[in-house]
Amino acid sequence: MEKLIFDQLQEELYHEKMDNGLDVYILPKKGFNKTFATFTTKYGSIDNHFLPLDKDEYVKVPDGIAHFLEHKMFEKEDGDVFQQFSRQGASANAFTSFTRTAYLFSSTSEVEKNLETLIDFVQDPYFTKETVDKEKGIIGQEITMYDDNPDWRLYYGLIENMYKNHPVKIDIAGTIESISHITKDMLYECYHTFYHPSNMLLFIVGPVDTEAIMNQVRDNQNKKTYNEQPEVKRKFEDEPSEVAQSHRQLKMNVQTPKCLVGIKTGNATQSGEEMLKKELSLNIMLDILFGKSSENYSFLYGEGLIDDTFSYDYSQEQGFGFAMIGGDTIDPDRLADELRTMLLKGRENGSIAADSLERAKKKKIGSFMRAVNSPEYIANQFTRYSFNGMNLFDIVPTLENLQLADIEQAANELIAEDRFSVCQVVPK
Amino acid sequence: MNVIEETVKLYDGFKLHMIKTDKFKTNTLVWKMKAPLQKETVTVRSLLPHVLQSNSADHPTTAKLRSYLDELYGAALYVDLAKKGEYHVITISLDIANEKFLSDQTPLLKKAFELLAEIVTKPNVSDNGFDQTTVNKEKRTLKQRIQSVNDDKMRYANYRLVQEMCKEEPYALHVHGELEAVDQITPETLYSYYQQALEKDELDLYVIGDVDEEEVQSYASELFQFQNRDPQKTEANGRSHKGDSVHEVKEVQDVKQGKLNIGYRTNIVYGDEDYFALQVFNGIFGGFSHSKLFLNVREKASLAYYVGSRLESHKGLMMVMSGIENNKFDQATGIIEEQLQAMKNGDFSEKEIGQTKAVIKNQLLETMDTARGVVEVLFHNIISRKEVSLTEWLNGMDQVSKEQIIAAAKKVELDTVYFLHGKEEGE
Repeated sequence: MEKLIFDQLQEELYHEKMDNGLDVYILPKKGFNKTFATFTTKYGSIDNHFLPLDKDEYVKVPDGIAHFLEHKMFEKEDGDVFQQFSRQGASANAFTSFTRTAYLFSSTSEVEKNLETLIDFVQDPYFTKETVDKEKGIIGQEITMYDDNPDWRLYYGLIENMYKNHPVKIDIAGTIESISHITKDMLYECYHTFYHPSNMLLFIVGPVDTEAIMNQVRDNQNKKTYNEQPEVKRKFEDEPSEVAQSHRQLKMNVQTPKCLVGIKTGNATQSGEEMLKKELSLNIMLDILFGKSSENYSFLYGEGLIDDTFSYDYSQEQGFGFAMIGGDTIDPDRLADELRTMLLKGRENGSIAADSLERAKKKKIGSFMRAVNSPEYIANQFTRYSFNGMNLFDIVPTLENLQLADIEQAANELIAEDRFSVCQVVPK
Repeated sequence: MNVIEETVKLYDGFKLHMIKTDKFKTNTLVWKMKAPLQKETVTVRSLLPHVLQSNSADHPTTAKLRSYLDELYGAALYVDLAKKGEYHVITISLDIANEKFLSDQTPLLKKAFELLAEIVTKPNVSDNGFDQTTVNKEKRTLKQRIQSVNDDKMRYANYRLVQEMCKEEPYALHVHGELEAVDQITPETLYSYYQQALEKDELDLYVIGDVDEEEVQSYASELFQFQNRDPQKTEANGRSHKGDSVHEVKEVQDVKQGKLNIGYRTNIVYGDEDYFALQVFNGIFGGFSHSKLFLNVREKASLAYYVGSRLESHKGLMMVMSGIENNKFDQATGIIEEQLQAMKNGDFSEKEIGQTKAVIKNQLLETMDTARGVVEVLFHNIISRKEVSLTEWLNGMDQVSKEQIIAAAKKVELDTVYFLHGKEEGE
């Protein structure tokens, strides 16, 4: 077991790689009632074209299967895992993103039992034709719920605009049609390919006895037999650097229009420190350009073009990355134009003042401290960072070292006319 | 188990609540202003915190105030409005890094106190009115905020149910006020209402973090100076009885999924003897993913992705909500009704009771792991004027018997069924 100490934050992190390849991290949090654990596989909605375990031909699986699999993991021969968690005083949940599927629980008592339940249920799939068919109705209602949600449609509409081939453009839950093709055999094939311990990470944060918990996980894993498995082979078609579509307007049952401007990164191949520096630089840039203390924000708010739903963010994973800026607006065309002009101006060297950089860095450092109040943030984000070869706790030192030139370079690389795209939701 | 307790100090016009804990990296200040929920004041109160957080006398533009917040390591300033029973509560909170985790030793807590006091007591005012431009901008945003409920169908259905169910009660008012009333507000009327609110509202200041209590008391007493008052009270009239028949409302809109929201009168409010039994009842019935609603509507009948129930503790209501296919209204309401009947008949096991108590206890303890959660739990006592400590809460919950749960279930009455659906319903 290795120990990492973060002096300034007064946190300690423990790590061990199990013999079967599973990475286990424990972060003790004194004074907290709750223990929070996530068990995550590096498998999400984009992993739809891959070489199944022990096969020699690539397969393409139906849209939404990773999410479907997540739902089905909770059902076992002897009933529902939710029941067992609540008997042990825990609340359990799961989520599927573009690149990850995470199973989690939080509890303030019987932590060892709950941890055992979490590991065991994720490592013991049970699918039958009947339970798979039954789930189609439930997930069908989940899909319909999102169909009625204008913010959801706006977000996915913009991603669909930006990407021509990359599967990030596919809705995580799939469609009612696509999930109708899912069978139990497909679920098993995906499961065996992606749920090997060497493709997974277990993170535990809370008031725990670090050594006892690590021993427990080690014993649990040693009892199970896993063959050594090579890294999963995935296939992605080439993605052009320009956007697939520069504009899309969705007509929906809304009163207030919505507008999001996206910029697709021309290069999403970075990982590790390089990726961390890029993500932080771009988020700092957006903060300087559009934060509440910026001139742009005052102007847009003063003109009535934005309200409290306005937001901005840059995020990247292996193979795709984008900035998104916007929110509800009375004039979606004018907002799109203004944002585009502001971004292009922000790319010009010399447009960012040194004191605004220092302020934005302080702001980010403070908000990171606020974030690490949250066990959920630590576990989820640490896992995401780790899957991309980054360390969550490098955020503050990396921020402190950022220079104006870094921000300018990142802005220069990102912002280009042919990588802009706009998605709007307008009243029918 | 780490149950947080508060130290309360009374000052003229407000109460200071200190919750000392070293588990957070930030310190949190929460300012609450509570008054009865009324048609005449709901809109003006909704505008108020948004104008206050825009700027102040010393930081007269949003850009200046926000730059200062960024400078203070991104101190987070939030405002919020809530309906708690028949009260309308304004919250202004400021969350700031604790400098012991920074290499820079700027006294951030002191600066946070000064800034919060500035926002509350030194607003940007001239000629007996708030800054005109700020008020205009915030009026426009308020209108958008009120309207936005129409664009989120889950929120909309919930709002419409309350509107239909509580027609004759203040509780039917929208938390952000009424669209028609926004235009009439002027910088002067808003400021004069604010002065009145500072004189009459019940005021509470919560401070959570690794703070020195004496230091906090000296800031509080120097920076917050008000007149004493006897805050206005309202009766929690959620007990008010409806007629015999069930009110049913169906509304057609262009939606793909039907939203079924059902309202019940529980006839029990926070602080009542049988409140803990009601909590356990709600948990078994629809509060969690092991509940009867989740198992029967979702897992067995595959009718819904989300289905559940929640309590409005200070108003004595229970709301069931679910998203279903447009043509599954009868089937869904039938199953929901059967589950309530099962509860009233005592058709639930000791296992379900144990499970539910464990999960409720877990939920409460988890809430104590966030600063805002601590404030929300402690503020229940301000609303209800009852002193229920967390330990009493946990013990009270433990002692609830099956008979008490059945008795609480029997008090629950169906009041209004609201269904928002697409055009193809009933085909």
